[in-house]
Amino acid sequence: MAQIQLDLAHAYRPDPQSDADYALLPLKMTFRDGGAYALLGPSGCGKSTMLNIMSGLLVPSQGSVTFDGRDVTGHSPQQRNIAQVFQFPVIYDTMTVAENLAFPLKNRKVPAAQIRQRVGQIAEMLEMSHQLDMRAAGLSADQKQKISLGRGLVRPDVSAVLFDEPLTVIDPHLKWQLRRKLKQIHHELKLTLIYVTHDQVEALTFADEVLVMTRGKAVQLGSADALFERPAHTFVGHFIGSPGMNFLPAQHVAGVLTVLSQPVTLPSSLRLPAGSLQLGIRPEYLSVSTTETAGCLLAQVRQVQDIGTYQLLTCEVGEHKVKARLSPETLAPAIGSNVHLKVLDKHTCFYQNEELVA
Amino acid sequence: MQLTLEGVSQTVSGEPFLYPMSLALQAGQVTVLLGATQAGKTTLMRIMAGLDKPSEGRVLVDGRDVTGMQVRDRNVAMVYQQFINYPSMTVFDNIASPLKLARATHVDERVRELASKLHIEMFLDRLPAALSGGQQQRVALARALAKNAPLMLFDEPLVNLDYKLREELRDELTQLFAAGDSTVVYATTEPSEALLLGGHTAVLDRGELLQYGPTAEVFHRPASIRVARAFSDPPINLLKAERCAGGLRLDDGTVLALDLPEEAPGSLVLGVRASALREKARPGDLELAGQVDLAEISGSETFVYVQTALGELVAQLSGVHELDLGAPIKLYFNPSQVHVFDAAGPLLKAPQRHSEAS
Repeated sequence: MAQIQLDLAHAYRPDPQSDADYALLPLKMTFRDGGAYALLGPSGCGKSTMLNIMSGLLVPSQGSVTFDGRDVTGHSPQQRNIAQVFQFPVIYDTMTVAENLAFPLKNRKVPAAQIRQRVGQIAEMLEMSHQLDMRAAGLSADQKQKISLGRGLVRPDVSAVLFDEPLTVIDPHLKWQLRRKLKQIHHELKLTLIYVTHDQVEALTFADEVLVMTRGKAVQLGSADALFERPAHTFVGHFIGSPGMNFLPAQHVAGVLTVLSQPVTLPSSLRLPAGSLQLGIRPEYLSVSTTETAGCLLAQVRQVQDIGTYQLLTCEVGEHKVKARLSPETLAPAIGSNVHLKVLDKHTCFYQNEELVA
Repeated sequence: MQLTLEGVSQTVSGEPFLYPMSLALQAGQVTVLLGATQAGKTTLMRIMAGLDKPSEGRVLVDGRDVTGMQVRDRNVAMVYQQFINYPSMTVFDNIASPLKLARATHVDERVRELASKLHIEMFLDRLPAALSGGQQQRVALARALAKNAPLMLFDEPLVNLDYKLREELRDELTQLFAAGDSTVVYATTEPSEALLLGGHTAVLDRGELLQYGPTAEVFHRPASIRVARAFSDPPINLLKAERCAGGLRLDDGTVLALDLPEEAPGSLVLGVRASALREKARPGDLELAGQVDLAEISGSETFVYVQTALGELVAQLSGVHELDLGAPIKLYFNPSQVHVFDAAGPLLKAPQRHSEAS
């Protein structure tokens, strides 16, 4: 196992000029030894590029990769001692489940007794003990992918195990069982696990820390709680949560905050930089009142949706749409009526140039 | 346009795909076909479109029998899961094709208006292959909308897109449907998507039509255990119960004081929606203690799977809750927030809701 440090950038074209030329913008990142991480973002955000650089399939166009302080930038995945699990099962159909699991160990000339012990342990964790002597060829896609996971986890001495969307082929109702398994296995084996996905549930459920990426940029590394409560970048506010965070343009001049040309009184404890800001508040934290209250924004109700477990209110402040989640017990205001939105709350975030400032 | 199915069934090589069903779709509104894969959604849509002839029964359009009438003789638009566009035509020509076919006037204006509504106006000169999956599906949707057919069928159109894109497009589609006067049928496997689309919902399960009504109404008052199961994600918690004096008794001896209808039998099933379980107790609540099996975090919500004396339960908590595997947890629910079913299936009692009380 190893602590992995990245200090690099990658462009697929020579001599990159603008940000758009980079698949991965310059970044510095440390992955703790024994940590469970997820790289999360939409397709094209750079997460697979980053994974390939860590595994050694791709050499970054600038900078370095170190494992426990050792420069491994030019090393192959074998030299780095990396295990990988891909989207689709990579197994030997003609071998039994046990032989498949043992293969990475045999390759490394691990003594037979140790192989038996480790294969038994991994099979037990993945609930495949009863299938050890079965041929892989006869198994379902789900089962085959479980073998792939097992092969990735079987070597106790790996620097890290890298997963590239490993649950893509898994049936939805089996997914949560495997997510749970992976979490359990991480607790038991204490391997460094790095998991790439575009699925926020998978990332937030699996990882201790999630790295959110967009357009080649790593915008925040944090726990699920931090990403939800204090998004460091507007993209995180938008991407995490459904619906995502509401953003409203605001101006701050000498203690007076103007949100969409409506003045809002600032509490004296709140320190904001001067100038143009974006106010961010999640639909879960936006309180809606039908009576006029100081420091609130006047808005018109445009849509009320009964989502079963909550009501989703869509309001308009000028041209801007704002969403609020109401508990199913509240009586929702009528469409077209005026409401007052309490946009300042302990959960409110402020952004300047997309970055969190307060 | 009024689409009516009368005793329609479909049998394919001796195997029943659809059992006889009658359904009068809400004219000019959205009807969601909700059901798991293999429920019969696509089979039913193909009959509605005129792509397939039913084995039995009649299809009526505005009272006129169109059973067996070819799809090309009917004015129907359909969008599939896969992004289907004309690969050699530009985005503009793709969207314009149904308009040109109908010898419509103001083609240029209409295409630009639709493209702008679906945020693809900057791609009008490109070929579909140069676009991302999400953009290609927008083109397919724009072409279907351009046809402005009185009947529009959407077969899981967003299923191959990632969740943020789905969220955005669903929002736009809901507004476009509301603004138009076409009768829209929209198939989905996701209960939350049905609730977000609103309108009416037809719940299908293994080829049977189980219930048809206003979407929120079907969700809050599922006619049977099967509907409650099909229309819940996470799954509704179902607990065996027995009728007793003043209410019902659970397997562990807990008694819920409830007013049950007189005809209620001895064997009951208690349905507790995941969202009815809370971490904080309120007056009158019952307590369930257990251990955390897994906390599945989506951002806005956490689904906590809990092992209890009554079996495994799932609770839907708002926001991020990072809970360790095996951690002790107490869940609370109020007896007024439960569903009670006859063990044979039919609903006996549903939670009272605010809108009904007022």
